[in-house]
Amino acid sequence: MAVAAQSGRADPIYAGTRIPSPIPTQLDVDPAVRGTDDILTVNFGPNHPSTHGVLRLVVDLDGEIVVGIAAKVGYVHTGFEKNMEQKSWWKAITYAPRIDYLAYQANELVFVLAIEKLLGLEVPPKATWMRMLLAELNRIHSHLVWLGTAALELGAISMFWYTFREREMVLDLSELVAGYRMHTRYFQTGGLAEDIPAGFYPECRKFVEWMPKAIADYDGLLQKNEIWGERTRGLGLLNRADAIALGQTGPVLRASGVDWDLRRDDPYLFYDRVRFRVPVLPHGDTYDRYRVRIEEMRASVEIVEQCLDRLERMEGEPWIADDRKVVLPPREELHTSMESLIHHFKIVTEGYRVPEGEVYVAVESPRGELGCYVVSDGGTRPWRVKFRAPSFAALEATATTVQGAYIADLIAIVGSLDTVMGEVDR
Amino acid sequence: MAFEGVPGLVETREAFGETTLVVDAARIVEACAYLRDEHGFDMLVDLAATDYLGWGAPGVSGYIGTAAGRNLNRPMTQGLQALPAPKPKRFALNYHLLAIRQGARRLRITVWLDDAEPIASVVSVWPAADWFEREAWDLMGIPIDGHPNLQRLIMDEDWEGHPLRKDYPLGGEPVRFSGQE
Repeated sequence: MAVAAQSGRADPIYAGTRIPSPIPTQLDVDPAVRGTDDILTVNFGPNHPSTHGVLRLVVDLDGEIVVGIAAKVGYVHTGFEKNMEQKSWWKAITYAPRIDYLAYQANELVFVLAIEKLLGLEVPPKATWMRMLLAELNRIHSHLVWLGTAALELGAISMFWYTFREREMVLDLSELVAGYRMHTRYFQTGGLAEDIPAGFYPECRKFVEWMPKAIADYDGLLQKNEIWGERTRGLGLLNRADAIALGQTGPVLRASGVDWDLRRDDPYLFYDRVRFRVPVLPHGDTYDRYRVRIEEMRASVEIVEQCLDRLERMEGEPWIADDRKVVLPPREELHTSMESLIHHFKIVTEGYRVPEGEVYVAVESPRGELGCYVVSDGGTRPWRVKFRAPSFAALEATATTVQGAYIADLIAIVGSLDTVMGEVDR
Repeated sequence: MAFEGVPGLVETREAFGETTLVVDAARIVEACAYLRDEHGFDMLVDLAATDYLGWGAPGVSGYIGTAAGRNLNRPMTQGLQALPAPKPKRFALNYHLLAIRQGARRLRITVWLDDAEPIASVVSVWPAADWFEREAWDLMGIPIDGHPNLQRLIMDEDWEGHPLRKDYPLGGEPVRFSGQE
């Protein structure tokens, strides 16, 4: 009843847009031809080399043209949110990076920021700069994987080798800092798990110097490539109003002409203290999404460089907050101080308590707004953790973007939304 | 920012620098349309359902604290320093809104629901609500009224139960050939 009363006011969202009505996430076959021999229904996935992860698309084809689509997800649901409720706050951090396995630092960051917001914990500047640096390296890593696989799907195999060469450099830097190549769990409540190791800055400088040249190489391979242009320009259209109505964020939103970046418009960490460009392009097609990601990599390199400038002057500063109720005491103190031993024992066995309350923290992950909604009852475990996954929202746009596309372009279009199924299904 | 005009507004809360509006469940669509049209909240970024079954009480799956304090007979239990504030109903449905055009303004709408109490769909206000509402139905079992396509999203179509509820056990899936059949 309430819906009927409001339908008059709710209409404007649909008016003038291309969102398939009445189900926004589904493209329905014209009833006149449904069930006739002209329509071929194809199960695309869940295990197909060109789907991004285990995504299943039920596609209705009229010849080569997509006339109906419904996305089915859930194949890699592992119950991260349920599991995190069973772990102490300290241990739950380990789960976060595995949710979006390409943007692991962003996931780790958002959960740690949520805990710190509940605790009201002050983080030392060195840790904040390092978090920014790693988050931006991670953005480059994620875009590289996207660029390599997206080009691979259109037959440009050589692109994959180039992007994975640079991806390897980012992973080596991760390994140097945290000991792990991915899922580092380097962000700890209150700061970083360990001090930044000697030798990291020069290695990272080398990468910063190298990366712009590598991006220029990618441009050389794709930018003037006739086939790449033909297969991306003007395809997978999503206009400004649709992108907002469908909850798109990140590169997909910016490629639809919306000038919006959480790093600049809702600054967290120290993003208000660095200079960087936010690329915005107007056409809302696959090509613009590709351009936005390329430009974002350039911007990320600039941010990494500025973080390095700051960090190099912070030698010897603390990398984690000095709050003994939350942060593990320094290892060497355990041999001499009874207090420290007790604190260590309590934090490891029982966990620290987080004040009662609910918070929603959002960061700009490589895929868009990554949100974390956390509820605490004042105990040592989260009562509820909910991740707002940008890929989840991105997949809602499949129906609008593939309208009238060819089946061959479907792969490029769905790929351009850059979804990671781990975070869609959680 | 004044939210007095929001239809069905029950209370406004400020905590951790975030604004929460508690809204009457019967008028959620009206309230959402009002916030979108009058306050410019043009994007629904998230819809998070929370199950508060056993909030502040012992003996529930996923919760081992006891109100009375440490229970020495059950290993790994610990008491809460203070009992958390009681909740009016079992489920909370939280709509996280974002105003893209007017700076980064955020707002949370909370709706309280009993078990099996339906809530009207807001797909007509924000099309993005489609999958978020399906997820809330699938994982938390919150019935959505007037949803165009209310099917399970994450779990199988024939799945029984709603896994993120507090009374849904961990490891609840039967293991085949485990010798206990």
